[in-house]
Amino acid sequence: MNEFFISFQPASLLFDPLSHEFMRRALLVSALVGGVCGLLSCYMTLKGWALMGDAVSHSVMPGVVVAYALGLPFSIGAFVFGVGSVALIGFVKQKSRIKEDTVIGLVFTGFFALGLVLVSKIKSNIDLMHILFGSPLGISIEDIHQTLIISAIVVAVLLIFRRDLMLYCFDPTHARSIGINTGLLHYMLLSVLSLAAVAGLQTVGIILVVAMLITPGATAYLLTDRFDRMTIIAVTSSALASLVGVYVSYWSDIETGGSIVLVQTIFFLLAFLFAPRYGILKYQFSNPIR
Amino acid sequence: MNSFDNSTLNKESLRIEAERVCVDYNGTVALYDASLNLKGGCICGLVGMNGAGKSTFFKALMGFVRPSTGTIRINGLEVARAQREQAVAYVPQNEEVDCSFPVSVWDVVMMGRYGSMNMLRIPRQSDRKAVWHALERVELLDLRNRPIGSLSGGQRKRAFLARAIAQRASVLLLDEPFSGVDVRTEKLMAELFLQFRHEGRTILISTHDLSHVRDFCDLVVLINKTVLAYGETSKVFTPENLTMTFGGMPPNLLSGPTPSEGFNG
Repeated sequence: MNEFFISFQPASLLFDPLSHEFMRRALLVSALVGGVCGLLSCYMTLKGWALMGDAVSHSVMPGVVVAYALGLPFSIGAFVFGVGSVALIGFVKQKSRIKEDTVIGLVFTGFFALGLVLVSKIKSNIDLMHILFGSPLGISIEDIHQTLIISAIVVAVLLIFRRDLMLYCFDPTHARSIGINTGLLHYMLLSVLSLAAVAGLQTVGIILVVAMLITPGATAYLLTDRFDRMTIIAVTSSALASLVGVYVSYWSDIETGGSIVLVQTIFFLLAFLFAPRYGILKYQFSNPIR
Repeated sequence: MNSFDNSTLNKESLRIEAERVCVDYNGTVALYDASLNLKGGCICGLVGMNGAGKSTFFKALMGFVRPSTGTIRINGLEVARAQREQAVAYVPQNEEVDCSFPVSVWDVVMMGRYGSMNMLRIPRQSDRKAVWHALERVELLDLRNRPIGSLSGGQRKRAFLARAIAQRASVLLLDEPFSGVDVRTEKLMAELFLQFRHEGRTILISTHDLSHVRDFCDLVVLINKTVLAYGETSKVFTPENLTMTFGGMPPNLLSGPTPSEGFNG
Protein backbone atom coordinates (compact mmCIF):
# COMPACT_ATOMS: atom_id res chain seq x y z
CA MET A 1 0.00 0.00 0.00
CA ASN A 2 2.81 2.37 0.96
CA GLU A 3 4.70 1.57 -2.17
CA PHE A 4 1.67 2.40 -4.19
CA PHE A 5 1.57 5.93 -2.84
CA ILE A 6 5.31 6.46 -2.94
CA SER A 7 5.60 5.33 -6.50
CA PHE A 8 2.80 7.70 -7.51
CA GLN A 9 3.92 10.55 -5.26
CA PRO A 10 0.73 12.05 -3.82
CA ALA A 11 2.09 15.59 -3.95
CA SER A 12 2.63 15.46 -7.68
CA LEU A 13 -0.67 13.65 -8.04
CA LEU A 14 -2.29 16.70 -6.51
CA PHE A 15 -0.18 19.54 -7.88
CA ASP A 16 1.01 18.46 -11.32
CA PRO A 17 -2.38 19.02 -12.97
CA LEU A 18 -2.43 22.57 -11.58
CA SER A 19 0.36 23.54 -13.94
CA HIS A 20 -2.12 23.35 -16.79
CA GLU A 21 -4.37 26.35 -17.37
CA PHE A 22 -7.24 24.12 -18.56
CA MET A 23 -7.04 22.04 -15.36
CA ARG A 24 -7.11 25.09 -13.12
CA ARG A 25 -10.20 26.31 -14.96
CA ALA A 26 -11.85 22.91 -14.85
CA LEU A 27 -11.25 22.52 -11.13
CA LEU A 28 -12.52 26.02 -10.38
CA VAL A 29 -15.67 25.73 -12.45
CA SER A 30 -16.48 22.19 -11.35
CA ALA A 31 -16.09 22.96 -7.67
CA LEU A 32 -18.14 26.14 -8.03
CA VAL A 33 -20.92 24.47 -9.98
CA GLY A 34 -20.79 21.49 -7.64
CA GLY A 35 -21.24 23.73 -4.62
CA VAL A 36 -24.06 25.75 -6.17
CA CYS A 37 -25.95 22.67 -7.37
CA GLY A 38 -25.29 21.04 -3.99
CA LEU A 39 -26.97 23.94 -2.20
CA LEU A 40 -29.96 23.77 -4.51
CA SER A 41 -30.15 19.99 -4.23
CA CYS A 42 -31.23 20.33 -0.58
CA TYR A 43 -34.39 22.09 -1.69
CA MET A 44 -34.95 19.73 -4.62
CA THR A 45 -34.80 16.58 -2.50
CA LEU A 46 -36.84 18.01 0.36
CA LYS A 47 -39.49 19.41 -1.95
CA GLY A 48 -39.64 16.15 -3.91
CA TRP A 49 -38.66 17.84 -7.15
CA ALA A 50 -36.15 15.28 -8.45
CA LEU A 51 -38.23 14.63 -11.54
CA MET A 52 -38.74 18.35 -12.02
CA GLY A 53 -34.95 18.81 -11.99
CA ASP A 54 -34.64 16.18 -14.66
CA ALA A 55 -37.34 17.86 -16.73
CA VAL A 56 -35.87 21.34 -16.52
CA SER A 57 -32.32 20.22 -17.28
CA HIS A 58 -33.43 18.38 -20.41
CA SER A 59 -35.74 21.17 -21.51
CA VAL A 60 -32.99 23.80 -21.61
CA MET A 61 -31.47 22.01 -24.61
CA PRO A 62 -33.38 23.79 -27.41
CA GLY A 63 -32.85 27.07 -25.58
CA VAL A 64 -29.10 26.63 -25.80
CA VAL A 65 -29.30 26.02 -29.54
CA VAL A 66 -31.69 28.90 -30.26
CA ALA A 67 -29.62 31.31 -28.18
CA TYR A 68 -26.54 30.27 -30.05
CA ALA A 69 -28.25 30.82 -33.40
CA LEU A 70 -29.35 34.30 -32.29
CA GLY A 71 -25.95 35.15 -30.88
CA LEU A 72 -27.20 35.50 -27.30
CA PRO A 73 -25.51 34.13 -24.20
CA PHE A 74 -26.87 30.63 -24.06
CA SER A 75 -27.81 30.96 -20.40
CA ILE A 76 -30.62 33.27 -21.47
CA GLY A 77 -32.03 30.80 -23.96
CA ALA A 78 -31.69 27.98 -21.47
CA PHE A 79 -33.42 30.00 -18.79
CA VAL A 80 -36.37 30.85 -21.04
CA PHE A 81 -36.87 27.24 -22.09
CA GLY A 82 -36.32 25.88 -18.58
CA VAL A 83 -38.98 28.10 -17.05
CA GLY A 84 -41.15 27.68 -20.16
CA SER A 85 -41.13 23.90 -19.81
CA VAL A 86 -42.32 24.15 -16.21
CA ALA A 87 -45.06 26.60 -17.14
CA LEU A 88 -46.13 24.22 -19.90
CA ILE A 89 -46.15 21.26 -17.50
CA GLY A 90 -48.37 23.23 -15.14
CA PHE A 91 -50.69 24.26 -17.97
CA VAL A 92 -51.11 20.77 -19.46
CA LYS A 93 -51.66 19.27 -16.02
CA GLN A 94 -54.33 21.81 -15.21
CA LYS A 95 -56.15 21.57 -18.51
CA SER A 96 -56.14 17.81 -18.98
CA ARG A 97 -56.82 14.71 -16.95
CA ILE A 98 -53.28 13.39 -17.36
CA LYS A 99 -51.28 12.73 -14.22
CA GLU A 100 -48.36 15.00 -13.36
CA ASP A 101 -45.48 12.55 -13.78
CA THR A 102 -46.80 11.65 -17.23
CA VAL A 103 -46.99 15.32 -18.18
CA ILE A 104 -43.45 15.92 -16.94
CA GLY A 105 -42.10 12.99 -18.96
CA LEU A 106 -44.06 14.10 -21.99
CA VAL A 107 -42.96 17.73 -21.96
CA PHE A 108 -39.28 17.29 -21.23
CA THR A 109 -38.72 14.56 -23.82
CA GLY A 110 -40.52 16.74 -26.34
CA PHE A 111 -38.28 19.69 -25.57
CA PHE A 112 -35.19 17.51 -25.60
CA ALA A 113 -36.09 16.04 -28.97
CA LEU A 114 -36.66 19.55 -30.31
CA GLY A 115 -33.19 20.43 -29.10
CA LEU A 116 -31.65 17.46 -30.88
CA VAL A 117 -33.44 18.31 -34.12
CA LEU A 118 -32.40 21.96 -33.91
CA VAL A 119 -28.76 21.04 -33.34
CA SER A 120 -28.74 18.91 -36.45
CA LYS A 121 -30.55 21.52 -38.53
CA ILE A 122 -29.05 24.86 -37.47
CA LYS A 123 -25.60 25.33 -38.89
CA SER A 124 -23.43 26.07 -35.92
CA ASN A 125 -20.30 24.87 -34.28
CA ILE A 126 -22.16 23.67 -31.20
CA ASP A 127 -20.73 20.34 -30.26
CA LEU A 128 -23.65 18.12 -29.35
CA MET A 129 -21.42 15.95 -27.22
CA HIS A 130 -20.37 18.97 -25.14
CA ILE A 131 -23.96 19.85 -24.39
CA LEU A 132 -24.96 16.30 -23.60
CA PHE A 133 -21.96 15.28 -21.55
CA GLY A 134 -20.23 18.52 -20.56
CA SER A 135 -16.64 19.52 -21.18
CA PRO A 136 -15.09 21.18 -18.17
CA LEU A 137 -11.61 20.55 -19.53
CA GLY A 138 -12.33 22.65 -22.59
CA ILE A 139 -14.19 25.50 -20.95
CA SER A 140 -13.60 28.97 -22.37
CA ILE A 141 -13.01 32.13 -20.38
CA GLU A 142 -16.40 33.55 -21.47
CA ASP A 143 -18.09 30.42 -20.21
CA ILE A 144 -16.33 30.84 -16.91
CA HIS A 145 -17.60 34.40 -16.61
CA GLN A 146 -21.11 33.24 -17.40
CA THR A 147 -20.87 30.47 -14.83
CA LEU A 148 -19.62 32.92 -12.22
CA ILE A 149 -22.54 35.26 -12.82
CA ILE A 150 -25.09 32.46 -12.78
CA SER A 151 -23.62 31.01 -9.61
CA ALA A 152 -23.65 34.40 -7.90
CA ILE A 153 -27.34 34.89 -8.75
CA VAL A 154 -28.33 31.40 -7.62
CA VAL A 155 -26.40 31.62 -4.36
CA ALA A 156 -27.73 35.11 -3.62
CA VAL A 157 -31.34 34.05 -4.13
CA LEU A 158 -30.92 30.86 -2.12
CA LEU A 159 -29.23 32.69 0.75
CA ILE A 160 -31.59 35.65 0.93
CA PHE A 161 -34.70 33.49 0.77
CA ARG A 162 -33.33 30.41 2.46
CA ARG A 163 -35.75 30.52 5.39
CA ASP A 164 -38.76 31.26 3.22
CA LEU A 165 -37.83 28.53 0.77
CA MET A 166 -37.30 26.05 3.59
CA LEU A 167 -40.69 26.94 5.03
CA TYR A 168 -42.21 26.64 1.55
CA CYS A 169 -40.79 23.13 1.19
CA PHE A 170 -41.79 22.11 4.71
CA ASP A 171 -45.22 23.63 5.18
CA PRO A 172 -46.54 25.75 2.29
CA THR A 173 -49.92 26.10 4.01
CA HIS A 174 -48.40 27.86 6.98
CA ALA A 175 -46.24 29.96 4.68
CA ARG A 176 -49.33 31.18 2.87
CA SER A 177 -51.33 31.73 6.02
CA ILE A 178 -48.73 34.16 7.38
CA GLY A 179 -48.83 36.18 4.19
CA ILE A 180 -45.78 34.81 2.34
CA ASN A 181 -46.24 34.78 -1.42
CA THR A 182 -45.73 31.07 -2.10
CA GLY A 183 -46.47 31.43 -5.82
CA LEU A 184 -43.51 33.77 -6.08
CA LEU A 185 -41.31 31.33 -4.14
CA HIS A 186 -42.41 28.49 -6.42
CA TYR A 187 -41.32 30.31 -9.56
CA MET A 188 -38.24 31.65 -7.86
CA LEU A 189 -37.13 28.11 -7.06
CA LEU A 190 -37.89 27.02 -10.61
CA SER A 191 -35.95 29.92 -12.09
CA VAL A 192 -32.98 29.16 -9.90
CA LEU A 193 -33.26 25.52 -10.94
CA SER A 194 -33.13 26.51 -14.61
CA LEU A 195 -30.07 28.66 -13.97
CA ALA A 196 -28.33 25.92 -12.01
CA ALA A 197 -29.09 23.46 -14.79
CA VAL A 198 -27.35 25.77 -17.24
CA ALA A 199 -24.35 26.05 -14.96
CA GLY A 200 -24.24 22.29 -14.44
CA LEU A 201 -24.48 21.75 -18.17
CA GLN A 202 -20.94 23.12 -18.49
CA THR A 203 -19.40 20.49 -16.29
CA VAL A 204 -21.41 17.31 -16.44
CA GLY A 205 -23.74 17.99 -19.35
CA ILE A 206 -27.49 17.87 -19.73
CA ILE A 207 -27.88 14.14 -19.16
CA LEU A 208 -26.12 14.02 -15.83
CA VAL A 209 -26.86 17.46 -14.40
CA VAL A 210 -29.84 16.09 -12.55
CA ALA A 211 -27.41 14.01 -10.49
CA MET A 212 -25.73 17.23 -9.30
CA LEU A 213 -29.18 18.51 -8.34
CA ILE A 214 -30.21 15.45 -6.33
CA THR A 215 -27.31 13.35 -5.09
CA PRO A 216 -25.59 15.81 -2.71
CA GLY A 217 -28.92 16.64 -1.06
CA ALA A 218 -29.76 12.96 -0.66
CA THR A 219 -26.32 12.25 0.81
CA ALA A 220 -26.58 15.10 3.29
CA TYR A 221 -30.15 14.15 4.21
CA LEU A 222 -28.88 10.78 5.46
CA LEU A 223 -26.27 12.46 7.64
CA THR A 224 -28.18 15.07 9.60
CA ASP A 225 -31.51 16.15 11.04
CA ARG A 226 -30.83 19.87 10.72
CA PHE A 227 -31.53 21.88 7.62
CA ASP A 228 -28.57 24.24 8.02
CA ARG A 229 -26.14 21.37 8.51
CA MET A 230 -27.69 19.60 5.56
CA THR A 231 -26.90 22.54 3.27
CA ILE A 232 -23.31 22.72 4.52
CA ILE A 233 -22.77 18.98 4.06
CA ALA A 234 -24.36 19.01 0.60
CA VAL A 235 -22.28 21.96 -0.62
CA THR A 236 -19.05 20.54 0.77
CA SER A 237 -19.56 16.99 -0.45
CA SER A 238 -20.66 18.18 -3.87
CA ALA A 239 -17.72 20.56 -4.36
CA LEU A 240 -15.31 17.92 -3.08
CA ALA A 241 -16.79 15.27 -5.36
CA SER A 242 -16.35 17.62 -8.32
CA LEU A 243 -12.69 18.25 -7.48
CA VAL A 244 -11.97 14.56 -6.95
CA GLY A 245 -13.90 13.73 -10.12
CA VAL A 246 -11.84 16.11 -12.23
CA TYR A 247 -8.56 14.75 -10.80
CA VAL A 248 -9.62 11.16 -11.35
CA SER A 249 -10.65 12.02 -14.87
CA TYR A 250 -7.28 13.66 -15.53
CA TRP A 251 -5.16 10.86 -14.15
CA SER A 252 -7.07 7.91 -15.49
CA ASP A 253 -8.13 9.60 -18.74
CA ILE A 254 -11.84 9.02 -18.31
CA GLU A 255 -14.84 11.14 -19.20
CA THR A 256 -15.03 14.08 -16.74
CA GLY A 257 -18.79 14.44 -16.28
CA GLY A 258 -19.22 10.76 -15.63
CA SER A 259 -16.27 10.77 -13.27
CA ILE A 260 -17.70 13.63 -11.17
CA VAL A 261 -21.12 12.04 -10.90
CA LEU A 262 -19.63 8.65 -10.06
CA VAL A 263 -17.66 10.15 -7.18
CA GLN A 264 -20.88 11.78 -5.94
CA THR A 265 -22.66 8.46 -6.17
CA ILE A 266 -19.86 6.81 -4.18
CA PHE A 267 -20.26 9.51 -1.51
CA PHE A 268 -23.95 8.71 -1.39
CA LEU A 269 -23.28 4.98 -1.08
CA LEU A 270 -20.89 5.63 1.81
CA ALA A 271 -23.57 7.65 3.59
CA PHE A 272 -26.16 5.02 2.76
CA LEU A 273 -24.01 2.35 4.41
CA PHE A 274 -22.28 4.18 7.23
CA ALA A 275 -24.43 7.20 8.19
CA PRO A 276 -24.48 7.31 12.01
CA ARG A 277 -28.22 7.38 12.37
CA TYR A 278 -29.73 6.53 9.00
CA GLY A 279 -27.13 4.22 7.42
CA ILE A 280 -28.30 0.68 6.75
CA LEU A 281 -25.46 -0.83 8.77
CA LYS A 282 -26.70 1.08 11.79
CA TYR A 283 -30.09 -0.47 11.28
CA GLN A 284 -28.52 -3.92 11.01
CA PHE A 285 -26.70 -3.60 14.30
CA SER A 286 -29.31 -1.74 16.26
CA ASN A 287 -32.00 -4.31 15.52
CA PRO A 288 -30.21 -7.59 16.13
CA ILE A 289 -33.44 -9.47 16.75
CA ARG A 290 -34.90 -8.73 13.38
CA MET B 1 -43.33 45.16 27.82
CA ASN B 2 -44.64 41.74 27.13
CA SER B 3 -47.25 41.87 24.44
CA PHE B 4 -47.54 38.15 24.62
CA ASP B 5 -50.52 37.96 26.92
CA ASN B 6 -52.60 39.69 24.32
CA SER B 7 -54.52 41.19 27.20
CA THR B 8 -55.43 43.98 24.83
CA LEU B 9 -57.45 41.69 22.57
CA ASN B 10 -60.98 42.96 22.60
CA LYS B 11 -63.45 40.17 23.15
CA GLU B 12 -66.40 42.13 21.88
CA SER B 13 -64.98 42.90 18.46
CA LEU B 14 -65.77 40.54 15.63
CA ARG B 15 -62.91 38.19 14.76
CA ILE B 16 -64.46 36.32 11.87
CA GLU B 17 -67.12 37.78 9.63
CA ALA B 18 -68.24 35.61 6.75
CA GLU B 19 -71.15 36.94 4.78
CA ARG B 20 -73.03 34.84 2.24
CA VAL B 21 -69.86 33.14 1.06
CA CYS B 22 -70.02 30.94 -2.01
CA VAL B 23 -67.04 28.92 -3.23
CA ASP B 24 -66.96 26.85 -6.35
CA TYR B 25 -64.17 24.88 -7.95
CA ASN B 26 -64.51 25.10 -11.71
CA GLY B 27 -68.29 25.06 -11.52
CA THR B 28 -68.63 22.50 -8.71
CA VAL B 29 -70.19 24.20 -5.73
CA ALA B 30 -68.31 23.41 -2.54
CA LEU B 31 -69.96 25.98 -0.30
CA TYR B 32 -72.83 28.36 -0.80
CA ASP B 33 -74.44 31.14 1.13
CA ALA B 34 -72.38 30.45 4.22
CA SER B 35 -72.55 33.17 6.86
CA LEU B 36 -70.86 33.21 10.21
CA ASN B 37 -69.93 35.83 12.78
CA LEU B 38 -67.58 34.98 15.63
CA LYS B 39 -66.48 37.31 18.40
CA GLY B 40 -63.21 37.23 20.27
CA GLY B 41 -62.83 34.77 23.11
CA CYS B 42 -64.85 31.84 21.93
CA ILE B 43 -64.30 28.22 21.04
CA CYS B 44 -66.35 27.18 18.08
CA GLY B 45 -66.73 23.72 16.56
CA LEU B 46 -67.15 23.39 12.82
CA VAL B 47 -69.02 20.14 12.36
CA GLY B 48 -69.93 18.29 9.21
CA MET B 49 -69.29 15.18 7.20
CA ASN B 50 -66.28 14.67 4.97
CA GLY B 51 -66.82 16.72 1.87
CA ALA B 52 -69.36 18.94 3.59
CA GLY B 53 -67.19 21.98 2.97
CA LYS B 54 -65.29 22.25 6.25
CA SER B 55 -61.90 22.43 4.63
CA THR B 56 -63.22 24.71 1.90
CA PHE B 57 -64.48 27.04 4.59
CA PHE B 58 -61.06 26.96 6.26
CA LYS B 59 -59.38 27.64 2.95
CA ALA B 60 -61.67 30.59 2.36
CA LEU B 61 -60.89 31.96 5.83
CA MET B 62 -57.19 31.63 5.09
CA GLY B 63 -57.52 33.24 1.69
CA PHE B 64 -56.48 30.13 -0.25
CA VAL B 65 -59.68 30.10 -2.25
CA ARG B 66 -61.48 33.22 -3.31
CA PRO B 67 -65.22 33.23 -2.72
CA SER B 68 -67.12 33.65 -5.98
CA THR B 69 -69.59 35.80 -4.07
CA GLY B 70 -69.75 37.05 -0.53
CA THR B 71 -67.13 38.58 1.73
CA ILE B 72 -64.85 37.41 4.48
CA ARG B 73 -63.23 39.67 7.01
CA ILE B 74 -60.86 38.72 9.81
CA ASN B 75 -60.55 41.26 12.63
CA GLY B 76 -62.41 43.64 10.36
CA LEU B 77 -59.71 43.36 7.70
CA GLU B 78 -59.55 41.72 4.32
CA VAL B 79 -58.10 38.23 4.56
CA ALA B 80 -54.82 39.07 2.79
CA ARG B 81 -54.29 42.05 5.09
CA ALA B 82 -55.15 39.97 8.16
CA GLN B 83 -52.59 37.38 7.05
CA ARG B 84 -49.88 39.99 6.86
CA GLU B 85 -50.81 41.12 10.35
CA GLN B 86 -50.30 37.51 11.53
CA ALA B 87 -53.93 37.32 12.64
CA VAL B 88 -54.64 33.78 11.42
CA ALA B 89 -52.83 30.63 12.45
CA TYR B 90 -53.60 27.22 11.03
CA VAL B 91 -52.78 24.07 12.99
CA PRO B 92 -52.59 21.23 10.47
CA GLN B 93 -53.46 17.59 10.87
CA ASN B 94 -50.40 15.51 11.57
CA GLU B 95 -50.56 13.72 8.24
CA GLU B 96 -50.45 16.99 6.30
CA VAL B 97 -46.88 17.76 7.25
CA ASP B 98 -43.75 15.99 6.03
CA CYS B 99 -42.26 14.91 9.32
CA SER B 100 -39.08 13.49 7.85
CA PHE B 101 -38.06 17.09 7.17
CA PRO B 102 -34.75 17.94 8.86
CA VAL B 103 -35.99 20.56 11.33
CA SER B 104 -36.03 20.60 15.12
CA VAL B 105 -39.04 21.36 17.30
CA TRP B 106 -37.49 24.75 18.02
CA ASP B 107 -37.18 25.47 14.27
CA VAL B 108 -40.83 24.59 13.69
CA VAL B 109 -42.07 26.89 16.44
CA MET B 110 -39.74 29.64 15.19
CA MET B 111 -41.57 29.45 11.86
CA GLY B 112 -44.49 31.06 13.68
CA ARG B 113 -42.34 34.16 14.05
CA TYR B 114 -41.29 34.44 10.38
CA GLY B 115 -44.10 36.76 9.45
CA SER B 116 -42.96 39.27 12.06
CA MET B 117 -39.28 39.13 11.09
CA ASN B 118 -37.35 40.99 8.43
CA MET B 119 -36.78 39.51 4.99
CA LEU B 120 -33.81 37.40 6.04
CA ARG B 121 -35.82 35.95 8.92
CA ILE B 122 -33.06 36.43 11.45
CA PRO B 123 -34.52 35.84 14.92
CA ARG B 124 -34.25 38.62 17.47
CA GLN B 125 -34.17 38.17 21.21
CA SER B 126 -37.92 38.78 21.37
CA ASP B 127 -38.55 36.03 18.81
CA ARG B 128 -36.50 33.56 20.82
CA LYS B 129 -38.39 34.56 23.95
CA ALA B 130 -41.72 34.01 22.23
CA VAL B 131 -40.65 30.57 21.02
CA TRP B 132 -39.35 29.64 24.47
CA HIS B 133 -42.57 30.81 26.08
CA ALA B 134 -44.74 28.95 23.55
CA LEU B 135 -42.78 25.72 24.08
CA GLU B 136 -43.21 26.14 27.81
CA ARG B 137 -46.95 26.45 27.46
CA VAL B 138 -47.27 23.23 25.46
CA GLU B 139 -44.76 21.46 27.73
CA LEU B 140 -42.25 20.69 25.01
CA LEU B 141 -39.32 22.74 26.24
CA ASP B 142 -37.29 19.62 27.08
CA LEU B 143 -37.72 18.27 23.57
CA ARG B 144 -36.91 21.52 21.76
CA ASN B 145 -33.75 20.21 20.10
CA ARG B 146 -35.28 16.97 18.91
CA PRO B 147 -36.05 16.51 15.21
CA ILE B 148 -39.75 16.95 14.57
CA GLY B 149 -39.96 13.45 13.10
CA SER B 150 -38.90 11.83 16.38
CA LEU B 151 -41.95 13.15 18.21
CA SER B 152 -45.14 11.22 18.91
CA GLY B 153 -48.39 12.29 17.27
CA GLY B 154 -49.53 14.19 20.32
CA GLN B 155 -46.21 15.93 20.82
CA ARG B 156 -46.16 16.93 17.18
CA LYS B 157 -49.64 18.40 17.51
CA ARG B 158 -48.42 20.41 20.49
CA ALA B 159 -45.43 21.64 18.53
CA PHE B 160 -47.72 23.06 15.84
CA LEU B 161 -49.94 24.54 18.53
CA ALA B 162 -46.83 26.21 19.96
CA ARG B 163 -46.12 27.63 16.53
CA ALA B 164 -49.58 29.24 16.52
CA ILE B 165 -48.94 30.59 20.03
CA ALA B 166 -45.58 32.02 18.97
CA GLN B 167 -47.30 33.65 16.01
CA ARG B 168 -49.63 35.41 18.48
CA ALA B 169 -52.53 34.92 16.13
CA SER B 170 -55.91 36.09 17.32
CA VAL B 171 -57.75 33.52 15.18
CA LEU B 172 -56.74 29.86 15.39
CA LEU B 173 -57.99 27.33 12.87
CA LEU B 174 -57.51 23.73 13.94
CA ASP B 175 -58.14 20.75 11.71
CA GLU B 176 -59.19 17.63 13.64
CA PRO B 177 -57.00 18.56 16.63
CA PHE B 178 -58.04 15.58 18.71
CA SER B 179 -57.39 12.83 16.21
CA GLY B 180 -54.48 10.59 17.11
CA VAL B 181 -53.36 12.39 20.26
CA ASP B 182 -52.60 10.93 23.66
CA VAL B 183 -54.57 11.69 26.82
CA ARG B 184 -51.97 14.10 28.17
CA THR B 185 -52.01 16.14 24.99
CA GLU B 186 -55.78 16.17 24.93
CA LYS B 187 -55.97 17.48 28.49
CA LEU B 188 -53.29 20.06 27.80
CA MET B 189 -55.02 21.24 24.64
CA ALA B 190 -58.32 21.59 26.49
CA GLU B 191 -56.60 23.76 29.10
CA LEU B 192 -54.87 25.81 26.43
CA PHE B 193 -58.13 26.40 24.57
CA LEU B 194 -59.68 27.78 27.76
CA GLN B 195 -56.65 30.04 28.23
CA PHE B 196 -56.90 31.20 24.61
CA ARG B 197 -60.55 32.01 25.13
CA HIS B 198 -59.67 33.98 28.23
CA GLU B 199 -57.03 35.86 26.25
CA GLY B 200 -59.65 36.86 23.73
CA ARG B 201 -58.60 34.61 20.88
CA THR B 202 -61.10 32.90 18.65
CA ILE B 203 -60.67 29.19 18.11
CA LEU B 204 -62.39 27.39 15.27
CA ILE B 205 -62.12 23.62 15.40
CA SER B 206 -63.00 21.58 12.35
CA THR B 207 -64.04 18.08 13.35
CA HIS B 208 -66.50 15.27 12.95
CA ASP B 209 -65.92 14.09 16.50
CA LEU B 210 -69.09 15.16 18.29
CA SER B 211 -68.10 14.23 21.84
CA HIS B 212 -65.22 16.67 21.82
CA VAL B 213 -67.42 19.41 20.47
CA ARG B 214 -69.86 18.87 23.30
CA ASP B 215 -67.04 19.00 25.85
CA PHE B 216 -65.01 21.93 24.61
CA CYS B 217 -66.98 24.22 22.36
CA ASP B 218 -69.10 27.19 23.38
CA LEU B 219 -70.50 27.52 19.92
CA VAL B 220 -71.05 25.09 17.13
CA VAL B 221 -71.52 25.50 13.39
CA LEU B 222 -73.23 22.69 11.54
CA ILE B 223 -72.20 22.61 7.94
CA ASN B 224 -73.24 20.74 4.85
CA LYS B 225 -72.37 22.76 1.77
CA THR B 226 -73.78 25.71 3.69
CA VAL B 227 -74.19 26.72 7.31
CA LEU B 228 -77.18 24.69 8.47
CA ALA B 229 -77.27 26.13 11.95
CA TYR B 230 -75.03 27.90 14.37
CA GLY B 231 -75.25 29.06 17.93
CA GLU B 232 -74.65 27.85 21.44
CA THR B 233 -73.66 24.21 21.55
CA SER B 234 -76.45 23.18 23.90
CA LYS B 235 -79.08 24.74 21.66
CA VAL B 236 -77.73 23.68 18.29
CA PHE B 237 -76.77 20.14 19.22
CA THR B 238 -80.24 18.69 18.84
CA PRO B 239 -80.91 15.28 17.34
CA GLU B 240 -82.85 16.88 14.48
CA ASN B 241 -79.99 19.22 13.60
CA LEU B 242 -77.47 16.42 13.74
CA THR B 243 -79.61 14.23 11.52
CA MET B 244 -79.77 17.10 9.10
CA THR B 245 -76.00 17.52 9.17
CA PHE B 246 -75.06 13.90 8.88
CA GLY B 247 -78.18 12.43 7.31
CA GLY B 248 -77.50 13.92 3.91
CA MET B 249 -80.80 15.73 3.67
CA PRO B 250 -80.64 18.58 1.20
CA PRO B 251 -80.31 21.85 3.07
CA ASN B 252 -83.18 23.49 1.25
CA LEU B 253 -85.57 21.24 3.19
CA LEU B 254 -84.66 23.25 6.22
CA SER B 255 -87.53 25.44 7.10
CA GLY B 256 -89.81 26.22 9.96
CA PRO B 257 -88.73 26.93 13.51
CA THR B 258 -85.09 26.55 14.26
CA PRO B 259 -83.40 26.54 17.61
CA SER B 260 -80.86 29.21 16.92
CA GLU B 261 -81.11 32.89 16.13
CA GLY B 262 -77.94 32.46 14.15
CA PHE B 263 -79.68 30.33 11.60
CA ASN B 264 -78.67 31.08 8.11
CA GLY B 265 -81.10 32.10 5.42
